[in-house]
Amino acid sequence: MDQFAVKVFVRLRPSVLDPAGEATKSASIKLGAEGIKSLRIGKMIEVKIEGNGENEVRGKIDLLCDRLFANTVIEDYEYSLEKL
Amino acid sequence: MENLTVGVVVFPGSNCDRDVSWALEGCLDIRTKYLWHESSDLSDVDAIVLPGGFSYGDYLRCGAIARFSPLINALDDFVKSGKRVLGICNGFQILTESGFLPGALTANKNLNFICDDVELDIVSSKGGWFNDGGEKQTIKLPIAHGEGRYHCDSDTLKKLVDNELIALRYKNNPNGSSFDIAGITNEQGNVLGLMPHPERACDEAIGGTDGLYTLKSLISQ
Repeated sequence: MDQFAVKVFVRLRPSVLDPAGEATKSASIKLGAEGIKSLRIGKMIEVKIEGNGENEVRGKIDLLCDRLFANTVIEDYEYSLEKL
Repeated sequence: MENLTVGVVVFPGSNCDRDVSWALEGCLDIRTKYLWHESSDLSDVDAIVLPGGFSYGDYLRCGAIARFSPLINALDDFVKSGKRVLGICNGFQILTESGFLPGALTANKNLNFICDDVELDIVSSKGGWFNDGGEKQTIKLPIAHGEGRYHCDSDTLKKLVDNELIALRYKNNPNGSSFDIAGITNEQGNVLGLMPHPERACDEAIGGTDGLYTLKSLISQ
């Protein structure tokens, strides 16, 4: 069995309003940061997972992302995978 | 009222289950039974309410974890049999997360948790959940949510409109919902999800009775 470290990024789709991102952008500007064009907030999920090779693990992670980690009505996801 | 029983689902974190039961039993004389989320035996209830609250702490997304409970897994056959399911607030979020209703509910536009009474237009009475035959086409119900902004893509919205699946629209949209949507039904009409709380509007002493019709319709259709 191989072990992998997976980082999943879940983001609101570009068409979906991100009120928390807008509020943080507003605060960033009040802090004095200049030049911020957009700011959106997502989630990062770290998973350590075992499997027989990368393909099998990708299958498991795809299922998790599609069915649980992200709501694909409003969110997109992507992930990186590193063999430990 | 007859011998029908409404199941009120209790998840860890539900907090409107007692209110729903109080409204059904105390105001409408409808028998209720609490259904623990780990139960998958729905054979002795005739309709089901998924109440408001914060199921599983609203971890990950509102309603996302509840979707995997044994009770929600059993709900598919219950819905297919034509029995009625009402999802209120967190219950509506669970119904969208689990695919019984289209779209999703996400953070209010202004980020506030809104606790208020709102005016609602009855758009469709598909499934008989609202009295659109009467004179009153507008009702007032309380809302209490931080993540009640209904969102769907344009194709889904068109389908909702064309098939008369939009049940309620806010008169003054409080949360940024697409098309002012406050509640929708499935195509069969036996599943209703709405952000407002009908169970909190069942007695004049607490501000109104506009929620009675919807709760009564759980067993009167």
